[in-house]
Amino acid sequence: MFKHLKQLTSLVTMIAVVFVFTTEAMAKKSKTLKNTQKKGFVRCGVSQGLPGFSNADASGNWTGIDVDVCRAVAAAVLGDANKVKFTPLSAKERFTALTSGEIDILSRNTTWTLSRDADIGLTFVGVNFYDGQGFMVRKSSGITSTGQFKNGISACTNIGTTTELNMRDFFNSRGISYEPVAFEKADEVVAAYDAGRCDTYTTDKSGLAAQRTKMKNPDEHIVLPETISKEPLGPVVRQGDAVWEDIVRWSLNTMIEAEEYGITSSNADSMKTSDNPQIKRLVGAEGEMGAAFGLDNEWNLRIIKQVGNYGESYKRNIADTGILPDRGPNQLWTKGGILYVPPAR
Amino acid sequence: MNNKIKRYIPQILTILFVVLIFGFFTINAQVNMDNRGIDFGFGFLKQEASFDMQFTLLDYDGQDSYMWAYVVALLNTLLVSFLGIIFCTILGVIIGVARLSGNFLIRNSAAWYVEFFRNIPLLLQIFFWYYAALRALPLPEKAEPWFGVTYMTIKGYYIPSMIWENLNVFMSCLLASIISIIFIKIYAKKIQEKEGKQLPVLYISLGLITILPLLSFLFGGVTLDFEIPVLKQLAKTSFIFEGGIRLPPELIALVLALSLYTSTFVAECVRAGIQGISKGQKEAAASVGLNPNQILKLVIMPQALRIIIPPTTNQYLNLTKNSSLAAAIAYPDLVLVFAGTALMQTGKAIEIVGITMLTYLTISLSIAALMNWYNKRIEIKEK
Repeated sequence: MFKHLKQLTSLVTMIAVVFVFTTEAMAKKSKTLKNTQKKGFVRCGVSQGLPGFSNADASGNWTGIDVDVCRAVAAAVLGDANKVKFTPLSAKERFTALTSGEIDILSRNTTWTLSRDADIGLTFVGVNFYDGQGFMVRKSSGITSTGQFKNGISACTNIGTTTELNMRDFFNSRGISYEPVAFEKADEVVAAYDAGRCDTYTTDKSGLAAQRTKMKNPDEHIVLPETISKEPLGPVVRQGDAVWEDIVRWSLNTMIEAEEYGITSSNADSMKTSDNPQIKRLVGAEGEMGAAFGLDNEWNLRIIKQVGNYGESYKRNIADTGILPDRGPNQLWTKGGILYVPPAR
Repeated sequence: MNNKIKRYIPQILTILFVVLIFGFFTINAQVNMDNRGIDFGFGFLKQEASFDMQFTLLDYDGQDSYMWAYVVALLNTLLVSFLGIIFCTILGVIIGVARLSGNFLIRNSAAWYVEFFRNIPLLLQIFFWYYAALRALPLPEKAEPWFGVTYMTIKGYYIPSMIWENLNVFMSCLLASIISIIFIKIYAKKIQEKEGKQLPVLYISLGLITILPLLSFLFGGVTLDFEIPVLKQLAKTSFIFEGGIRLPPELIALVLALSLYTSTFVAECVRAGIQGISKGQKEAAASVGLNPNQILKLVIMPQALRIIIPPTTNQYLNLTKNSSLAAAIAYPDLVLVFAGTALMQTGKAIEIVGITMLTYLTISLSIAALMNWYNKRIEIKEK
């Protein structure tokens, strides 16, 4: 009898101890930075393959401007832009993966909207690509503008995106009845559209341009000129860790501001001796720009050296791959675009 | 005393453990949701859904609530499951009986069918029917009519729709004929038990079910028109059919894949059931002069059903749950619409996944209850 009782007490104590400890650990404020440095890599959620934004090659190397945001954060907090663990996520899974703590940054061509920012425990830290929703059609259809859409048109798209909602607004406001065909994965949408299941394929214009390169015969398809929505895409973090939020925000801002001041990955070291104090602050040669985040002073220099400025990232991932050679609104404000970030000082 | 404690301790421990685990998960979820500023609640169900669905049985529009979107999506799930269960049962019984056929060709084709379809993953079959078979279908403008008025195209199967006048008169005639058939059946059974005479119930029923509704056309003012799908041009190379009813290709692919796959398992249940009846039963039936058809219908099947029903219920449940693979091919079922789009738009992961799980549980339990009731009805009544 005593033997049993002893076993019983030890079992109950064990359960109680595990229970109390885990709850307490989870109840404390999340220290994403500390955890990241302890683990030695940044946990980053990306798309399942969108050329130019986040795409893995045959050997598993991720590239894209969304990928570069995570690499910038890794360079800043860990000193090495390659210390990132990428998790490919569908549109449906992405927010749950972030709020549940599976990833620490979601950099997956995600549109910043009020309800997402306010409702679901997320915080958007900035915009790394200004986009808008458009339509793709087959050239042979003779359609050159959305004005030629007629009742009964079928439109392929993804579920779980703002696209589904915009599409409805667009067709409703024009009084056109349409058939929405919504798939879970982008590859399935493209396959169905390519097979002729749908007359048009609608998503963000950058996505259309990128997916077009994946089609059997890219020249047979055109993206219509109209843009039906605003889609500011940017990285997202969990609510409740203000420091981490700041690190991600200013990693992105550093890339954009570096371009503004002409700092590139190749000339960053020589810029330390620049006369311009703003440039010196961006390469860690003046001020204490990392202290507030709990980082050293050269965190921003490492971003520029290892990842490059925004212009370099855009050129490498989007312009040179032929997806969108023209930067459009994603040009610096000094050059006629709308990229404008607060000063790092 | 010692024995009593020994007996109760494991049970108390188990209960304690279960309560602790549930408590832990609840508290953990609550703490983490609080930390991240996520509220828990079902208020979102009343909000406007603001997304559209491609195929619905009831009227649905993006202005309707998430609640209504849930109902409409649930009906789509039930439709696929219902059609799948019907087709897989019909196919399964035919294949199962065929596997025991004396004919070499029939027996072996049935065996091949079973081995082929049950050994390929279901998701792959769905992809095959949707992407491979669909690609082979013609575009609307190139479609040749089937049976003169229906068109099978890559955008769906277009069939004529019926336009009724005074449909309610027709329906009440149909209902009346069904009710009278039931009464005739009961009466015929009584006669047979009393006098051993067999009434030609089948012919009487067939006659009733055709004549009564036909009369409604002649005297009830019922008219029936067909609206035939007509080709319409949307752009230079893009066409659709207008008018009539359209069955979306997603529904067709899904029902096809689900029923072909599940029918193999049903066929095996049927075969097991028939083989489970001892040979003596068949021989005895033959010796009293029943023909092979009567042997199967009156002696073998009633007994075999008792063996067939329980495992077949499992297959029905599997089919219903497998219908959630619809999400892969854009059929707007519960998982795609509610646990997909709605979850994404509202961010209410715990609530929506919870509701969806409960829904599938309810559907499955209802099917199981129905089948159990049927099983009870046909089991041997011991006196």
